[in-house]
Amino acid sequence: MPTAVTGPEIDRLIQLLARLPGLGPRSARRAALHLIKKREALMTPLAGALQVAIDRIRVCETCGNIDTRSPCTVCTDARRDPSIIVVVADVADLWALERAGATNGFYHVLGATLSPLDGVGPQDLTIDALVSRAHDPRVAEIVLALNATVDGQTTAHYITDLLGDANVKVTRLAHGVPVGGELDYLDEGTLSAAMRQRTLF
Amino acid sequence: MEWTDDGIVLGVRRHGESAAIVELLTRSHGRHLGLVRGGAGSRMRPLLQPGNSVNALWRARLDEHLGTYVLEGTRMRAASLLASSHATYGVTHLAALARLLPERDPHEGMFAMLERTLDDFDSAGGAAIHLVRFELAMLTELGFGLDLSACAATGATADLIYVSPKSGGAVSRQAGEPWRDRLLPLPPFLRAINDEQNCWSEQDLLDGFELTGRFLLRYVLEPRGQGHSDARAGFINAVVRKRAAAIPEGARTGAGEGRASS
Repeated sequence: MPTAVTGPEIDRLIQLLARLPGLGPRSARRAALHLIKKREALMTPLAGALQVAIDRIRVCETCGNIDTRSPCTVCTDARRDPSIIVVVADVADLWALERAGATNGFYHVLGATLSPLDGVGPQDLTIDALVSRAHDPRVAEIVLALNATVDGQTTAHYITDLLGDANVKVTRLAHGVPVGGELDYLDEGTLSAAMRQRTLF
Repeated sequence: MEWTDDGIVLGVRRHGESAAIVELLTRSHGRHLGLVRGGAGSRMRPLLQPGNSVNALWRARLDEHLGTYVLEGTRMRAASLLASSHATYGVTHLAALARLLPERDPHEGMFAMLERTLDDFDSAGGAAIHLVRFELAMLTELGFGLDLSACAATGATADLIYVSPKSGGAVSRQAGEPWRDRLLPLPPFLRAINDEQNCWSEQDLLDGFELTGRFLLRYVLEPRGQGHSDARAGFINAVVRKRAAAIPEGARTGAGEGRASS
């Protein structure tokens, strides 16, 4: 019968670390050991940073982004173009677009996409807030930057239907060949979508 | 245990870091779930979209286990369906309907019908007819089929234009005349013996959805504490909007302007 090697506190730390994405029990054990060894240099600052995050991080009441203030840094940035709102499913998508520097508009985070299988309906998303923002006279375009999946595009069509009476242009991201993608390796659906949406060269 | 079968992807749920639990409607093994290793990765994601057809190899140590799937795409419809609103709503609604079937119970007829419906999603009107027929077939498959072959009152097989909201049986024009306000219209494309079964007007489509929707709700969804999905309403709206844009108003009200392959 295996005997306990560590006290319950360390076990608890390992269990919690193992819940993080990308970490299993074995890598959680390594991370815990590393933290314990670097107690002053890493563990204490990490615990402090986590406590600050718990105390100060909040969801932006305007766009749904995560920040230490509400409205968030993006929403209070006066250099951004108020005529564009980019709709994303998740904060990770917002960060990806910001990393790419792809747009200078404002954002709206839905929180998820419609998914009957997972029981996510329109009431679970921040669609009402988006519709209300779209009626702001300064807004001219809503960009639906949602996943190219059936769930993502069903959500996009649903939002488009709701924005019918708002005086805005509704656009969506193009679907097609990714940079570095070789035609030979693309699935036929993506290829036919790319062919349909070809542009003048 | 091991088998190979054709399947259509109904849904995918992420499982852990890299795997996914995939729900298929298979030809001979019914609605069947299985684990796909690497199913959450970017390589598999285009394949694991609702509406795609796959060749599935299922393996498990015991029959009652979840088992693992090895999937190979045979018809990647999802990417072409994403462009139109009626197709995305339709696929979502069809997947939700197929999910009503009991697990691991073969329904070859429903599989063939789902495949045919997904293949004919280019035209909004044709897709709508297929979807109404799919809902009707789903009622039959679940044991609540409507008898549309003969008049419930007189037994006549001709001139059936109503359906009793109580029994779900067809009613002829003559027998139904005194209660016409209370009866549901039976659209021509659902009449069993009719040489015009492929013709419809916009009102026929709406009548068809009203008919199947009412009985699905009463016999199947409400007992399970469910309602119609938002995707169903979205599909109907999208079809009506597309037909309104494509066909002048005068032509829409007349019968026989549409045609679907049956």
